[in-house]
Amino acid sequence: MSVSQPTNESTAVLADAEQGSSLWHDAWIRLSKNRMAVSGGIVLIFMVVVALLTPWIAPYDYEVQNLDLGAQPPSLQHWLGTDVFGRDLLTQIMYGGRISLAVGFIATAVALSIGVTWGAIAGYVGGRVDAVMMRLVDILYALPFMIFIVLLMVVFGRNVLLLFLAIGAVEWLTMARIMRSQVQSLRQQEFVEAAISLGLSPAAIIRRHVVPNALGPIIVYTTLTIPSVMLLEAFLSFLGLGIQPPQTSWGLLISYGAETMEEYPWLLIFPGLALTITLFSLNFLGDGLRDALDVRGSKD
Amino acid sequence: MLKFIATRLLQAIPVIFIVITATFFLVRAAPGGPFDDEKVVLPEVKRALEAQYKLDLPLHEQYLAYLSDLANGDLGPSFKYPGRSVNEILFSGLPVTAELGFYALMIALVIGVLAGVAAALKPNTRQDYIPMTLAMIGICMPSFLLGPLLVLVFGIYLEWLPISGWGAIPGDKILPSITLGAAYAAYIARLSRAGMLEVLSQDYIRTARAKGLPEWKVVTKHALRGGLIPVIAFLGPAFAGLLAGSFVVETIFQIPGLGRFYVQAAFNRDYTMILGTTVFLSTLIVLFNLLSDITAAWLNPRLRAQFKGGA
Repeated sequence: MSVSQPTNESTAVLADAEQGSSLWHDAWIRLSKNRMAVSGGIVLIFMVVVALLTPWIAPYDYEVQNLDLGAQPPSLQHWLGTDVFGRDLLTQIMYGGRISLAVGFIATAVALSIGVTWGAIAGYVGGRVDAVMMRLVDILYALPFMIFIVLLMVVFGRNVLLLFLAIGAVEWLTMARIMRSQVQSLRQQEFVEAAISLGLSPAAIIRRHVVPNALGPIIVYTTLTIPSVMLLEAFLSFLGLGIQPPQTSWGLLISYGAETMEEYPWLLIFPGLALTITLFSLNFLGDGLRDALDVRGSKD
Repeated sequence: MLKFIATRLLQAIPVIFIVITATFFLVRAAPGGPFDDEKVVLPEVKRALEAQYKLDLPLHEQYLAYLSDLANGDLGPSFKYPGRSVNEILFSGLPVTAELGFYALMIALVIGVLAGVAAALKPNTRQDYIPMTLAMIGICMPSFLLGPLLVLVFGIYLEWLPISGWGAIPGDKILPSITLGAAYAAYIARLSRAGMLEVLSQDYIRTARAKGLPEWKVVTKHALRGGLIPVIAFLGPAFAGLLAGSFVVETIFQIPGLGRFYVQAAFNRDYTMILGTTVFLSTLIVLFNLLSDITAAWLNPRLRAQFKGGA
């Protein structure tokens, strides 16, 4: 993961943004021509709608077991089959998706708000404050966070709220760097100088002039952060350190599926498909947005 | 350059110190003592155990004692495996994990760089689309899904390869190494494609071509050096990722390496083991990041010049 540097291209894009909504309009047209990104977006919307409506549209009750039925392969009654307790797999995947998506979106939102605020302040105030704030980011960057999250989950028990916070606290660093470099290049623009000379407070300038203009790279990076957060959650849940029963998530379903895959391979394959398709869509959408908004090197 | 290395080294020391301190206090803050879930322990026995592990001292004295042990390279005893020290457990697992990580990294580098360079040489053709689509699948297919799927297909259905163990049956190292390396092959393919594309459009490449150098020589002699800088910069974070990945892969394939020990220690609440492993792995990761940053800077003439100038 590297960080976008302020480049001539990005300033050019930002200069375009001053001329009303044409940037967003152009970006929209470019995005809608990118077939992979559009399909990604559609799949994603579908997943989110299903997740939101799950309690009403799930074919079976989440907790109902049918031990006589046991694990059955896909059939007309149970489209994706059932698990060893006779629970409907489609229902499990729908409820698991709610948690997986929620972790992805909420933890990313946590990261977004910390990172944008931090980066905006550092970039706007500059000088010694900036040096101290960004040095802190550098130091945190070097910490092996994967191991730290595992440690946190072990020490403070495995609860979802902590998972959100822990993941969010890791992912804000890149966001802060991106925001800072955006703000630094924006600060020198004439319209910001004009706003300063009109006596606007720094907070108002950041809110009204800086953040809206730095939106492109932030949107792109946000879209690419969600899949990496979801992957992290699934990774922890697979190890038994993330989401705990009776709740479920795609990572947890995959870990159960892997235990019994010899006899019941569908228990591994369908949750795996759900996770992979979602990550695929998010990555394609993110790549498409990056091309459409002409943001360079915000990831990889 | 020397200044750059010195700065980065100086930055690494507080990081390692923060890791040690934070881990120590986090582990001590954990609810429940390490001997609480033993069946029934007589109060005297518990006190004796606590004295043996220095748990009866005030916290700051425990911390100082731990630091001084650490300075001597002693990570302490294991709570759960009496008589074995954390050092012993770590060093029995380290060679296994190092070997697994090495194979995975080699797979990732060879496949990733070849695929990425091939794609960059003919962008927007089939030679580009096919490896890049595969790379996207590699990125979206987590190791904990890929591993079981490979076991299912090659181990159980086709019965070509053993499905668990390490070094016991010939061929049992193949599936774990592929499982761990696949995602990194995918990342490296994308990075080397992007890096090569950028370099290939530079003037000095046009010069090399203009003076009549054969294409393979242009690529190997002039383009690769610059084009692979992002890949080398990625190796630091990749190392951290490989270690974390070994948690999963060693659990799936029942490999007695560091990753599996760490996960087991996490489940057993073996605090000294968690503490020792975290400190050890973190230090490794920080050092590797440092190494990959320095190598990337050294390969990049622009950065080198910048640091020569003392900027």
